Amino acid sequence: MSDEETLAIRCIVNGEEVRAAVSVRKSLVDWLRHDLALTGSHVGCEHGVCGACGVVVDGRVVRGCLMLAVEADGLAVETIEGATRTGRVLALQRAFFERAALQCGFCTPAMILQAAEFLEANPNPDRKGVREAISGNYCRCTGYEAIVDAIVTAARRHRV
Amino acid sequence: MKPAKFTYLRPSSLSEALELLHRHGEDASLLAGGQSLMPMLNLRFARPAVLIDIKRIPGLSGIAIGDGVVSIGALTRHFEVAGSPIIRDRLPLVHEALRHVAHAAIRNRGTFGGSLALADPAAELPACCVCLDAAISTASLSGFRSVPASKFFRGVYDTALAHDELISRIEIPLPPDGWTWSFDEVSRRHGDFAVAGIALGVRLAGDVIMESRVAFCGLEAAPRRLAPLEERLRGVRVGDRIAIGEIATRLADHVHPLASEEYPAFYRIEVASALLQRVLARTSEAIQ
Repeated sequence: MSDEETLAIRCIVNGEEVRAAVSVRKSLVDWLRHDLALTGSHVGCEHGVCGACGVVVDGRVVRGCLMLAVEADGLAVETIEGATRTGRVLALQRAFFERAALQCGFCTPAMILQAAEFLEANPNPDRKGVREAISGNYCRCTGYEAIVDAIVTAARRHRV
Repeated sequence: MKPAKFTYLRPSSLSEALELLHRHGEDASLLAGGQSLMPMLNLRFARPAVLIDIKRIPGLSGIAIGDGVVSIGALTRHFEVAGSPIIRDRLPLVHEALRHVAHAAIRNRGTFGGSLALADPAAELPACCVCLDAAISTASLSGFRSVPASKFFRGVYDTALAHDELISRIEIPLPPDGWTWSFDEVSRRHGDFAVAGIALGVRLAGDVIMESRVAFCGLEAAPRRLAPLEERLRGVRVGDRIAIGEIATRLADHVHPLASEEYPAFYRIEVASALLQRVLARTSEAIQ
């Protein structure tokens, strides 16, 4: 490990400043999970297909496996842990729970973050729009009907 | 750790980046949005000795309009282009195509210039640039160039970019009035790589096609305008399904399709031909 190149970075993770020396080839999601113990972001395919590693960087959902931790230097990162703590995804989490909108749950954290970004821009979505929005988070359980139900329900409650 | 070892460099100015690119040349990869490079690094298909992260260079991002041209900075992210009123109102082809570019989280990070520099044959934006006669502005220590899109894309992952060159911006001439633009594609899952996609512009007089511009993605090694096909469409009524069907079935005469085990050549042609008929039928419905 001695010849491993590292870089000192400083970023805001879930509202708190973090300073760290991080290997330049470590992905953002690996850094969050292994070094900061934020294991809510999951690692599936590791090449940007499954979407389970989704985290929010400077307000937009990104693939945590397709970004180096050093690229987050100076930026704000939010994981499902942070979004849960602030309560900004509570309506979605409740709707997912009530509708049992998951099978194994591996995709759920990123699915929730992606759905939240979608609903912010589309407060009154149709089912086709929801499917398009979460298409990058499809995994293999086929449980999407319930997930679409939950997202539509959360949107409806927000409007009441 | 997934990628092989590399040296990470983060220039803060264009001149510094060009200096580094000149020094490291073929051993270096440019890191912009990283949405195609990172998978290749993670899988170790790409093992550059040096990674030059160009995201902190000011002035390479943003969309501007002037002099009959829309200028898109190379580092402008797909979601920014998709959300731009200039693009929506003045370049509807690009606006429509972006709906098909990967998934939301990828569009949040991927860049316009990155997509062109990679030149994946299935990519939507290269086909749009060719269809719209865009020019790609490049920079290197030896100076600046403007390369027409028709000469930029040379083959699968192959472009006119030299090893010490980067894309600074893309200039798309504003299309004249009276044209209708459509983009559509077929992929297995929305946002996945296209089996084939079509970028089409038509100028109609009544319901007759006077002029057209056609470029496909996913069909050939690199996108190009299909002049013989455009010629055949001239004078055809846009709602004449039989005439258009005949032209579409002869698409194979004009192209050298990609072939893979997943999608054999005949299937890509079949899909491209169906797309041509679909977008023209839609254009016809829209004018009724």
